[in-house]
Amino acid sequence: MSRYILGRAAQAVVVLWAAYTLTFVVLYLLPSDPVALQLGAAGIETDKLSPVQLQAAMAKYGLDRPVLEQYLSSLWGALHGDLGTSIAKQRPVTALLGERIGSTVALGAVAGVLMLVGGTVLAYLASYVRWRPARILLTRLPSVGASFPQFFIGLLLIQLFAFTLGWLPATGSDGFSSLILPALTISLLTSSLLAQVLMRSFDDTLSQAYIVTARAKGLSRAAVQWKHAFRNAALPAMTILGVIVGLTVTSAIVVETVFARNGVGKLAQESVVAQDVPVVLAIVALAAAVFVVVNLVVDLLYPLLDPRIVHVPKVSR
Amino acid sequence: MTVPIPPAGQPVPSGLDRAVEESLLDDAPVVGRRGNTVRTLKRLGRKPGFVLALVLIVFVVLTAFVPSWFTGFDPTATSPKDRLLSPSLTHPFGTDDLGRDLWTRMLHGSALTIKATLIALSIAIVAGLTLGVVSGFFGGLVDVVLMRFVDVLLAVPSLLFALAIVTALGFGTVPVAIAVGVGIVPGFARTTRAEVLRVKTLPYVEAARAGGASWLRVLVRHVLPNSWGPVLVLAVLDTGVAIIAIASLSFLGFGAAPPAAEWGTLISNGRNFLITAPWVSLLPGLFVGAVVLSLNHLSKTLQELGR
Amino acid sequence: MSPLVTINDLHVGYARGDRVAPAVRGVDLTIGRGEIVALVGESGSGKTTVANTVIGLLPDSALISGGSVVVDGVEVVGAKERALRALRGSVIGLVPQDPMVGLNPTHRIGRQVAEAVRRRGVSGPQVDLGVIEALEQAGIDDAVLRARQFPHELSGGLRQRVLIAIALAGRPRLIIADEPTSALDVTVQSRILDHLEGLVRESGTSLLIITHDLAVAADRSDRVVVLQDGQIVEQGRPADILVSPEQDYTKRLIAAAPGLAHGGRIVPRFELAPDQVATADPVIRLESVSKRYAVPGAGGSFLALDDVSVEVARGRTHALVGESGSGKTTTLRLALGLEKATSGRVVLDDVDITDLGWKQTRPLRRKIQLVHQNPYASLDPRFTIRQSITEPLVSFKVGDRRSRAARATELLDQVALPASYLDRLPSELSGGQRQRVAIARALALEPGLVLLDEPVSALDVSVQEQILALLSELQERLGLSYLFISHDLAVVAQVSHTVSVLNRGRVVESGSVAHVFGSPQSEYTQELIAAIPGQRAEAVARSRELVHD
Repeated sequence: MSRYILGRAAQAVVVLWAAYTLTFVVLYLLPSDPVALQLGAAGIETDKLSPVQLQAAMAKYGLDRPVLEQYLSSLWGALHGDLGTSIAKQRPVTALLGERIGSTVALGAVAGVLMLVGGTVLAYLASYVRWRPARILLTRLPSVGASFPQFFIGLLLIQLFAFTLGWLPATGSDGFSSLILPALTISLLTSSLLAQVLMRSFDDTLSQAYIVTARAKGLSRAAVQWKHAFRNAALPAMTILGVIVGLTVTSAIVVETVFARNGVGKLAQESVVAQDVPVVLAIVALAAAVFVVVNLVVDLLYPLLDPRIVHVPKVSR
Repeated sequence: MTVPIPPAGQPVPSGLDRAVEESLLDDAPVVGRRGNTVRTLKRLGRKPGFVLALVLIVFVVLTAFVPSWFTGFDPTATSPKDRLLSPSLTHPFGTDDLGRDLWTRMLHGSALTIKATLIALSIAIVAGLTLGVVSGFFGGLVDVVLMRFVDVLLAVPSLLFALAIVTALGFGTVPVAIAVGVGIVPGFARTTRAEVLRVKTLPYVEAARAGGASWLRVLVRHVLPNSWGPVLVLAVLDTGVAIIAIASLSFLGFGAAPPAAEWGTLISNGRNFLITAPWVSLLPGLFVGAVVLSLNHLSKTLQELGR
Repeated sequence: MSPLVTINDLHVGYARGDRVAPAVRGVDLTIGRGEIVALVGESGSGKTTVANTVIGLLPDSALISGGSVVVDGVEVVGAKERALRALRGSVIGLVPQDPMVGLNPTHRIGRQVAEAVRRRGVSGPQVDLGVIEALEQAGIDDAVLRARQFPHELSGGLRQRVLIAIALAGRPRLIIADEPTSALDVTVQSRILDHLEGLVRESGTSLLIITHDLAVAADRSDRVVVLQDGQIVEQGRPADILVSPEQDYTKRLIAAAPGLAHGGRIVPRFELAPDQVATADPVIRLESVSKRYAVPGAGGSFLALDDVSVEVARGRTHALVGESGSGKTTTLRLALGLEKATSGRVVLDDVDITDLGWKQTRPLRRKIQLVHQNPYASLDPRFTIRQSITEPLVSFKVGDRRSRAARATELLDQVALPASYLDRLPSELSGGQRQRVAIARALALEPGLVLLDEPVSALDVSVQEQILALLSELQERLGLSYLFISHDLAVVAQVSHTVSVLNRGRVVESGSVAHVFGSPQSEYTQELIAAIPGQRAEAVARSRELVHD
């Protein structure tokens, strides 16, 4: 068992390293002129510089070294908690992230709770309700929730709850009340996704033979659904949690921009606008790390919740 | 940005289903393959939701190519006296802060959005299909290597990866389209691979092999035709995903430069007038939602058809 | 005393799109208290629908269009869920079809049985006693240990016993057993059925057995009810029905059941003298082949075949018999070259093909063809029948378009299907017709040897007969050799000259069918033969006949 945990953790580290490398390749090798791109972020226009000035500027940001060397030093730094320096803001990336991450974590946590409650309740009801019109309405809801761009939903909620009803602040990042609308915006999408996966899982589970056995015992439909279907349906749906957390992170970019909240998402948007490469790299790596860790936790928890899996030999491929 | 849920494989019919189907066999007319297509189309034609969704999508595609058929206004002609008019018969979506007809700007925005969507989808389909088919069909080490690569792509949330690509390539419709397309590739590759793997082990493939068919023939004649159903379903679903992703990137300010405007930019432009003229944002937003919802519905109907 | 169950003119259909396919058409049936009734029919006969109506568990697509079902004084048709729930568990218990999927995988056995125990009003520590009691009643040793285990830790036979325990735990007055053992191996099957029958006889519970197998029904019931196309065609005491069936359909079912047709004995079709069993020039010879599979993850391996030697004489049929996991399918895949043997040699037509690659064996492939077990999966759903049949010809570039078309018609004619079927899709054919197409495809290249992998096990009894007859006729006409795989000794006896009995990857016995089945030497073969259903009923019928004479 502990060998399995170690192996799974090592695998997670490798995926994380590969994701970091892939992003580095995109940011440092894809642009036709990476030097101009990066110096542009510092407000330096390369074509107006003399060769000597250019050389000095490149040396200042470490761009005169070969790409491989830049990569190794960036990776080495990342391993030691040094994510480089923002070119546009002239500050360490870790400091920038440190200032902003609290607000984003709070947002993600509230959104996560709303997602779990909303998605589960919706899916549970949709597979329990027997009255056809209600059932159809409930099963269609997630599809509607996932069909609108998030920034639009955000604008709609601002229009409704801030401007028309005046219940909640439209923008800003102070206090719990400013968290509600952005968290709701994120969770509308994520809970739609969770509900869709859970609904399918419920459908599969409720058509299993052991459900017939349970009903033949004379258990009520409510008891069958709660005692026999829920756990078996929720187990496979757990594997989508990593994706949902990733989705929450990307949603934060859009939602923090809409609600003018000073979080990591807003930082990402600003950095892309400024083409501030080190910050973009750091944020992508951070998001990948969150995804990898959540998936690792889910994988390690799964055998504890499903008695059929004692240890998990890799048999899927 | 939504994440596609891979469609479930076709369930094996139970004894009861089989018996019921066969009891209907005797009095059903013999149709063969062409008749089968006709029957399917007739069945679809009787679903009002499907027809409505299809009509909307066809309309949007038409507007992308010939927007002038549906409006008499110029998308860039400003008219200060007509600024922020509410929707009326002359201006179905009202006008924006420069007095431009919003309906016309929506229609002309279709061209940009549809173009970007098509680029994104082409990338996803070509790269995703190739990865999936090669991985699923050849298996072994090739499969392991390719799927590890896909795992890594999946580890980076797709919108963030798109942002990295946009940072590297610069702003504009084409970079945004490429970035979104790359983000869809892993899901596509996985679904394709799963389908190919499923079909590859079916008895009729084994029968064809026993009958002396080469792997290439098996791939082209049996595996591909029987795997493309779920892949098509995903492609339709991903069209909606791509539209939303492109709109989101435009909203964040990475799309085409003004005055050209994608749907996302139009919605975004209206946010400064939410109090005085909410329709400037809301109507284009509802339009985008209707288009994506239609695509989701088409995808769902196709999926049910495949069962 | 009034009967426990009274069914009057019951009509049930299933909605399919805008049409309704009738499944049950005017069934009248009673089940007395303590009576054992067997409902026999092929797939689509409506037997399961009747059972589901009685217990109120019809799927949503089912429509009861008329009639009444009264169970223990309660009308079931049109009843509210609450009323049905009062019946389930405490009046009617259900033993479902497939034990492998009939138990909740994430709950312990004890908890699942306890739910049924509580339904009869037991609570507190008494529940544990009730659980142990029910498990022991169902014939489970170590009940305490088993109650703490999860379903996946139990064998199929044990899981079926747990399901029986669940049905018993509510102390019902009627138990419905829906094909209770068809998913199990024959030897396990007969033991469990014996036990179930003993239990209900002892406690005076009524039992409704749903089965496709007339022999299983006749062995254990007081009354057999034969269903066809949703209608009852015949019913009566097993002995009467077996001796003097009135309907042709019943006669066909009896003829198809080996235990019934010949007084519980298997009568082989072909008799071979011992010196004729081995021939000098077999079509295919597997010499001491072994196959070892690596078990992924665990690092171990599993020996699927252990030193197996098999040969098929020209123009004859050799059968491989065994239960699931015996290695018969692995043997077939080795013969076909789909897998490589770990050790041993495979010789096809005097050519050693053991180490040859796919390319080198390709020309040989024309001589050896396969008919798959499941005709519902072995035809590409997008290919017309014509395309399916001519595919081997196209693959080997035999003939041109015109000659292939002519060959397709000829092949369909050989398997007794009209040429008009050429443009149909598989979905427009019944199971039996599909299997004929699969046979036609296997014959397209005029092979000398055809491998038949359980070719009739997915088909109804009456269709099985037709396909077996077709296979025999084709063998005579075209001089084919068959390697025939089956778990069903009776089917084997009908078509085979020689047989090898496989158990856990080893050949325990082989020789002519008459010899192996007539005087089995190994314990395992004896067990298999003893487990063939129908022998008991036939014996009873015989003895009565003697008395009457």
